[in-house]
Amino acid sequence: MGKIIDCFKNQFGEGVLSAHENFGDETLVVQKEILLELLQFAKENENLKFDLLMDICGVDYLEQSPRFEVVYHLYSVSKKHRIRIKTKVSAEDCKVPSCVSLWKAADWFEREAYDMMGIHFEGHPNLKRVLLFEGFEGHPLRKDYPINKRQKIPEPLERP
Amino acid sequence: MASVTQNNFLTTKLNELVAWGRKYSLWPMPYGTACCAIEFMGAVDAVFDISRFGAELVRFSPRQSDLLLVLGTINYKQAPVLKRIYEQMCEPKWVVAVGACATCGGFYDNYSVLQGIDEVIPVDVYVPGCPPRPESILLAIVKLQEKISAEAIRPAKQSLTGLKSGGALRGSP
Amino acid sequence: MQATSDLKTKPMYLNIGPNHPAMHGTLRVLAEIDGETIVRGVAEMGYLHRGFEKHCEVGTYTQVIPYTDRLNYISPLMNNVGYCMAVEKLIGCELPERAQIIRVIICELSRVTDHLVCIGTNVVDLGALTNFWYYFNVREKIYDFIEKICGARLTTNYVRIGGLMRDFHPEAAAELKNIIKEVGKATKQVRGLLEKNKIFIDRTAGVAAISAEEAINSGFTGPCLRAAGVDYDVRKDQPYLGYETYDFDIPIGESGDTYDRFLVRFEEMNQSFRLIEQALERLKPGPIMTNDRRVALPPKSEVYTNIEALMNHFKLIYEGVKPPPGEVYSATEAANGELGFYIVSDGGTHPYRVKCRPPCFPLYAAYPKMVQGRMIADAVAVLGSINIIAGELDR
Repeated sequence: MGKIIDCFKNQFGEGVLSAHENFGDETLVVQKEILLELLQFAKENENLKFDLLMDICGVDYLEQSPRFEVVYHLYSVSKKHRIRIKTKVSAEDCKVPSCVSLWKAADWFEREAYDMMGIHFEGHPNLKRVLLFEGFEGHPLRKDYPINKRQKIPEPLERP
Repeated sequence: MASVTQNNFLTTKLNELVAWGRKYSLWPMPYGTACCAIEFMGAVDAVFDISRFGAELVRFSPRQSDLLLVLGTINYKQAPVLKRIYEQMCEPKWVVAVGACATCGGFYDNYSVLQGIDEVIPVDVYVPGCPPRPESILLAIVKLQEKISAEAIRPAKQSLTGLKSGGALRGSP
Repeated sequence: MQATSDLKTKPMYLNIGPNHPAMHGTLRVLAEIDGETIVRGVAEMGYLHRGFEKHCEVGTYTQVIPYTDRLNYISPLMNNVGYCMAVEKLIGCELPERAQIIRVIICELSRVTDHLVCIGTNVVDLGALTNFWYYFNVREKIYDFIEKICGARLTTNYVRIGGLMRDFHPEAAAELKNIIKEVGKATKQVRGLLEKNKIFIDRTAGVAAISAEEAINSGFTGPCLRAAGVDYDVRKDQPYLGYETYDFDIPIGESGDTYDRFLVRFEEMNQSFRLIEQALERLKPGPIMTNDRRVALPPKSEVYTNIEALMNHFKLIYEGVKPPPGEVYSATEAANGELGFYIVSDGGTHPYRVKCRPPCFPLYAAYPKMVQGRMIADAVAVLGSINIIAGELDR
């Protein structure tokens, strides 16, 4: 296992549920409860220094339970390494702490994950839809949303 | 007296004169959203040269233009904006749907894309292609010019209720 | 006489976009303005959301490639390459050398076209109209070349999983050298008009400067990050397609303001020419498609004589590529920054989830902060320098 994964495992022990390095990408699956602390550790630890948040997205595993997975991709400009951090959330309790306090880039990525998948980010300052129009019902990237289900055309938004 | 009046008069119909003026001085408004807008920029540049057809004065305001070129995909979020821009244009006005997405939704048959702008505004010329070559856009201008010369001076009032899906913006699902 | 500070004023709400000549693509900024100064702005996007990620789940892996063309429609070849590299990483197939070199050439050519459009159209907003003509005429030559290699000017669909659709035509090398010469000439004229132009400098120098820490924290990548002084380029730091064997530099800016962002793009075009010239020297005849049978069709002679090859051909045409289950993230240096594809596969013929990480997304998210306190005219200049492509932003 890579050095990065060992670093996380030493710090968080049981919080890291599993880790793998398939296809050359180091990946951690962590518990939701320690997520924010782990992301802060990833950003501030001297050996890791993950200062660039690349991406936040959600994946819908319809048959599995817990159903959703929130995936964070981080990169370190100084150390030139990447990590993928995943956490699972169930459909009933679809909430994850927001990491806007750590990276400003998280703001819109989390809004998009909410818009497309319906994952709530607690502590987000402005969790509104960003890609679809206000008043759109449902979350289109979920597996149970059919691709050509049309909705009523909205009125243009005067002031958000 | 006869020599003065000999070759200085032209007889025509008012219709044809007005149509001649309108068709050779179209002022397009490029409503560019996606890739077709880049091909329109190609039609405007010096290689393909839309100004041969009199339509090079691109005006970005609906009040100042008479040809609305819808270039690119229109989705549900954008549709009310498109309708409002169309309503802001003064008569006479024409609409050209450029590209597969504006004509019929293209290959984006999904929850977010309007399947053709004729669901919200009436269209005069459809240009197929994804994206159409600049020559196709020039052909659309030529076809529109033919259509304009066939029209009367005051066109019949274009009613927005007679649209394809019964007026998608009237609140019907 | 009342002093101006005692006057009671109300802020005005100005809606810029989504249909606006200076909003490149369909972006909307709701600005609360006090006179000419933007007090607060709210950026809105999604006016070109076309459901790219949902379509990826419905089609096969190869059917996604035309959808990637329309992401960044100014440089479609780079998106094709980015996606195919992600799938190849998942499958684990090796590309032949000629395919890698041609991919480098088309990536750098696309980078050049993207910077030509960025500079050509965005300085029009500042009033510099001539550059548009210089650059677009040269782009027509590049389009002629692209049309010869794949048949389409803009929606190229040229790259396949495991290689390329078609090989270069015999005169490609000579045409590329000619293109480099022409673009170099046009760039010299444009730089001569812009670089030391007092008006251009007044409009762009010091406007919306962003520090390196803030740029990194906001998720910037690409020319905007390099203009802020951060030395991050995916081609150097996490090389792919053999970029580590080429000799090129990364231009870095100093202050991260609009002027630097434009200058970085000029320099990057020069570096792309260096790369294309080096790649052309290495180009040798050879196959352009891998011979990994999970991905590439077997040769016709075998299909007609050998039953396994026939079954392989049938399966590949009927079902397409079937990568093993798993997930992968692959990043390439697109013209605007790091274009990432995160693909989750369940072992079937359709991708389970494809997430495209667009480089413009964090740039546009930081845009309201960058223009706060500046004038509307500056907002236009800044938006031009960030180079938002709506197709990529909204997917």
